[in-house]
Amino acid sequence: MDLDPLILSRIQFAFVVCFHAIFPVFTIGLASTIAGFETLHFKTGNPIWQKLSKFWIQVFAVVFGIGVVSGIVMSFQFGTNWSNFSYATANFLGPVLSYEVITAFFLEAAFLGVLLFGRDKVPQGVHLFAAIMVATGTFISSFWILSANSLMQTPQGLELIDGMYYVRSWTEALFTPSFGYRFAHMALASFLTAALVVAGVSAWFILQKRELEANRKALSVALWFLLVLAPTQAVIGDFHGLNTLQHQPMKVAAMEGNWETSTGVPLLLFAIPDKEAQTNHFEVKIPKLASYVLTHDWDGEVPGLKDVPIEEQPPVFIVFWSFRIMVGLGLLMIAFAIWGLLLRPKGRYYQSTRFLNGLRLMSLSPFIAVLAGWVVTEAGRAPWLIYGQMTHAQGLTPSLTGGMALFTLIGYIVVYALVFSAGVYYLLQVFKGGLEKANEAPEMEEIERPKRPFSAARAAIDGEQ
Amino acid sequence: MEQHFDLTVIWAGIIGFGLMMYVLMDGFDLGQGILFPFAPNEKARDTMMNSVAPVWDGNETWLVLGGAGLLAAFPLVYSVFLPALYIGVFLLLAGLIFRGVAFEFRFKAKTSKHLWSWSFAVGSTVASFAQGAVVGAYIQGFETQGFVYSGGPLDWLTPFTVVTGLGLVAGYALLGSTWLIMKTEGELQDWAYKITPKLLAGLLTVFTIVCIYTPFVDETVKMRWFNNISIIWVLPALALFCAYVVLRAVKKRQDGMPFVASMGIFLFSYLGLLASKWPYIVPPNFTIWDAASSHNSQLFLLLGFLFVIPIVLAYTSWTYWVFRGKVKAGGYH
Repeated sequence: MDLDPLILSRIQFAFVVCFHAIFPVFTIGLASTIAGFETLHFKTGNPIWQKLSKFWIQVFAVVFGIGVVSGIVMSFQFGTNWSNFSYATANFLGPVLSYEVITAFFLEAAFLGVLLFGRDKVPQGVHLFAAIMVATGTFISSFWILSANSLMQTPQGLELIDGMYYVRSWTEALFTPSFGYRFAHMALASFLTAALVVAGVSAWFILQKRELEANRKALSVALWFLLVLAPTQAVIGDFHGLNTLQHQPMKVAAMEGNWETSTGVPLLLFAIPDKEAQTNHFEVKIPKLASYVLTHDWDGEVPGLKDVPIEEQPPVFIVFWSFRIMVGLGLLMIAFAIWGLLLRPKGRYYQSTRFLNGLRLMSLSPFIAVLAGWVVTEAGRAPWLIYGQMTHAQGLTPSLTGGMALFTLIGYIVVYALVFSAGVYYLLQVFKGGLEKANEAPEMEEIERPKRPFSAARAAIDGEQ
Repeated sequence: MEQHFDLTVIWAGIIGFGLMMYVLMDGFDLGQGILFPFAPNEKARDTMMNSVAPVWDGNETWLVLGGAGLLAAFPLVYSVFLPALYIGVFLLLAGLIFRGVAFEFRFKAKTSKHLWSWSFAVGSTVASFAQGAVVGAYIQGFETQGFVYSGGPLDWLTPFTVVTGLGLVAGYALLGSTWLIMKTEGELQDWAYKITPKLLAGLLTVFTIVCIYTPFVDETVKMRWFNNISIIWVLPALALFCAYVVLRAVKKRQDGMPFVASMGIFLFSYLGLLASKWPYIVPPNFTIWDAASSHNSQLFLLLGFLFVIPIVLAYTSWTYWVFRGKVKAGGYH
């Protein structure tokens, strides 16, 4: 079998970007959580909030560190494997990525130092300000990245001259029609991630009867957030879907597993889409519901995949199932939010072992949901790299051979497996240390190494703690 | 047309300056990794790592900015260099990752400490070698068709680029050892004094090979250096003078001068290289104007730089001020 550089590059990009995405999606939400804890501490003076903040800052430090390292790889992926795409879009993509560095990365890096190590060196208000600046930096960063991604989904404001795009209007190019929905959807996803991780970890501590007062407070706050965020995300997701229907009908057709453009389309609960046969097997459906969800009309028209030739159809099976995983987990989150509300009276939410154990498991759900969501939007755009304008094949590096792509693919998998399993293992040590370890006074013999993300965390990576 | 000319030159200046800053700043901390396996003892290694721990990662943010800035201002460089150096770029990134996490984990580790020491040493050396090979590949030039790289996956790996790779390893090690002379004392400093002349000899050997080889790759470069004896000969002369200063300072056991003069060697060699190749940024076919992005995009980003960078510098220096006087290699006493 010949090694296909296109397939291998797509796998490679999917691998490095999925790996990377896990970390920022968590840090964006967590930065705001920490800023929230710091604000509560500032306003109420209750030391419990500071205790919580100190612990979650340590978690943040480790996750942020891994995210930065994996992000360096991302900034070179475009050039190494997708040089035609990079060259064609450089007039837009170059300034956007550069702006991300100067408006976000430096902000995060500088104020992170103060947040991690400045608690005793600056007034409390300034420390709070640093926490807010770090959170702001993460949002600015996602603004630029989602703007770049939205341009690939719903391009506008550009002009193609001799194989290179020129920016005709920066406002149009930065704020494409899908940008607002994508940004809101992603920001909420980040908050949801933070809420569910805080809830899950607090639940785990409560089950172990550790630092009960603080962890109950954290759990309570996280559940309130979950109650607001999870249903809101469903509404935003619906709007985002309608926007996609308008601009990228084939993506929606693949999400619904709908082959023929027709009215009164059923919602498929289960199916095995078969692209070769251009049909589904084993359908389980609810009549007319897809039409209603997408057009808010029981007899609305839903586009079908057969509107375009087979080579312009996205990989239906992947999009169809990723979408179901995302929505399924979203509904599960709503269910947990309501369950938590029902357990509110008499504080049963921190007494029910079943609920707490459920939350522990749910702390993984936002990561899976976010990755599934990105698979829907990225694979659903296929075969287009820039929707309707440039295909993956056209964007690929011309000199790239299958062997080269395979070499680096295996290379990245090995490097990530080694380095990041150490990182995740270390994160687990921080969790094990808990609020108690995070709030210990620094040991006398501790070597001072300021302004380093991981140095904020006190656990040992191996051996005794 | 006139406007385009100006902005492109400004951007060439910004990128050129940024690259030089990166080389000087990341050079001495990569050098610690290169010297790591040869250090006299484990305590020396702890000190070496501590001496650069607070600064190294800021430097790598500049590397990301360099990558993004290159894409913004000179997309052709980005889209030719990265495919041409595909395997080398991977080695560079893998090296930077391994050494980067070693900074974090080595101090936390108890039983696995030696593994992270190796991770730091090998990662730093591989990353330095890859950077040196990139310089060599730039001197050699790239095979292109239209605006696209058309050579093979290992064209960049030639005897010449291996020499430049090893040369940069020696050069960064020199920056590293002279940094140690400045920043440490006792046994470690003695050791740094001892190895510095050897590293300098290694660097000068490569320097000579590059000086002889470079004019013969490219007719324009040859003409520039040999047809009219011009002012540019002052650059290699100054580089050699700096080498002499390093040697003399080491003999007199001065602390600061070896590091300063080593940076001088880098600075003048770099300027000499630029003087050879100017205005070719993707040799042998493309100048900075061929490689430039659109005027509109260069302007859009330049305005941002003018507004944002002063703010960045302001809050960055504020954070340095917050932590003033606290950056130490040792612990609380």
